[in-house]
Amino acid sequence: MASNNYYDPADLRKFGKITEWSEDLGNKFFDYYGKVFEEGALTAREKALIALAVSHTEQCPYCIDAYTKDTLQRGVTKEQMMEAIHVGAAIKSGATLVHGTMMMNKVNKLEM
Amino acid sequence: MLKEKKKKQQSLQKRDAELANAKRQVEILSNGIFKNGELPTFANKVKETTSHFPLRPKKLEILQINVGYMCNQVCEHCHVDAGPDRKEIMTWETMEQCLEVIRNTEAHTLDLTGGAPEMNPHFRRFVEEASKAGIKDFIVRSNLTIIRANKKYYDLPDFFKKHNVHVVSSMPHWTRGKTDKQRGEGVFDLSITALQELNARGYGLPGSDLRLDLVYNPNGAYLPGDQASMEKEMKAALLEDFNIQFHSLFAITNLPIARFLDYLIASENYEDYMYQLVEAYNPAAVENVMCTNTVSISWDGYLYDCDFNQMLKLPVASKVKHIKEYNEDLLNDRNIVISQHCYGCTAGAGSSCQGAVTD
Repeated sequence: MASNNYYDPADLRKFGKITEWSEDLGNKFFDYYGKVFEEGALTAREKALIALAVSHTEQCPYCIDAYTKDTLQRGVTKEQMMEAIHVGAAIKSGATLVHGTMMMNKVNKLEM
Repeated sequence: MLKEKKKKQQSLQKRDAELANAKRQVEILSNGIFKNGELPTFANKVKETTSHFPLRPKKLEILQINVGYMCNQVCEHCHVDAGPDRKEIMTWETMEQCLEVIRNTEAHTLDLTGGAPEMNPHFRRFVEEASKAGIKDFIVRSNLTIIRANKKYYDLPDFFKKHNVHVVSSMPHWTRGKTDKQRGEGVFDLSITALQELNARGYGLPGSDLRLDLVYNPNGAYLPGDQASMEKEMKAALLEDFNIQFHSLFAITNLPIARFLDYLIASENYEDYMYQLVEAYNPAAVENVMCTNTVSISWDGYLYDCDFNQMLKLPVASKVKHIKEYNEDLLNDRNIVISQHCYGCTAGAGSSCQGAVTD
């Protein structure tokens, strides 16, 4: 390893090289990936904003790097970007909290 | 902080900055990641991927004249390093030499740029004379705020209309914050007023012959998005918020020269930006790069393949060096001078002063 860090920004540039060790699967992934982000029922801009929010919930530094740049390129404002991240954060925290109902069910079942 | 603000209001030349030196810029673009082979030089890339090396001009279509580097704005990304402190201004004598060429050229488009071209004291006389030459498309690149900068410019929209000038103006974003950050405080509001003035004269309205196009440059170290999508966004936003209309949006990539190069290096974005440009290289864009149909003339009458080469002081590789010895046939028989900044014109859908160069 050239770097002492687990994450190196320069590694993002090497993403395409994953095909070298498994060409067929790698190519299939990139074909799929490219197709997903094409203009469809959702605009490419809307998809980029979703990707930015998910990048944060997944806490993927490469994805955050890539989709911050991508949304800026598409003319998305800072306010819109931050709101998208709040959507992700709300779902994350909501997903934690909504499991509270499981806890409540369990408590109700166990307690006399 | 104050010192920093003052610095931002001065050109690199006035600050005697390292990158005010064109030769130094070319050195930076030729060394580092391009010298050690990490990234291919533009020449090698064109050689490997197209049959267009060396790049040669096609039929001349556009004469672009830079009438001076003086400007009322000091935009952070400016490739001209223009500003109020720049004194390079085209003289009437050189303008007369240009007029002689305009009357005889086969080019269909005349494109006046700067700086703020309106700040040249002979600007109006030049437009009046040039508009008589029968050129099909007569562009003035107006930064919008100049129209509101001083009373003596207030009638510019009427002047443009009188001479059927095609106005091409910079409007980096449809929100105040992004525009002012790139171009200076207050630029957004002044630009909006100027656009409303132009609309009031019929400029930019659907079906109007008075053409008003806008230019979008990214506000930092990233490439422009899809031109058609950006146009749709900007049209909807300007109409809804300010009742402003325009014809087309040109999405232009910032080339890594002058103040933008200075910014890239200072913000440690230079290498990453060059990677972006090289990764986005599109061989299909090479065929239509603007240097193949444009000749750029500097304020002092010298000839260049484009406005960017003019700023890098890379003159045409031709015996014909100056407007006074202009000869279209001789000039067209030349190889175009390239360096790594040219990647800016071949990234993605390609980029030129007329926007994207591929569909």
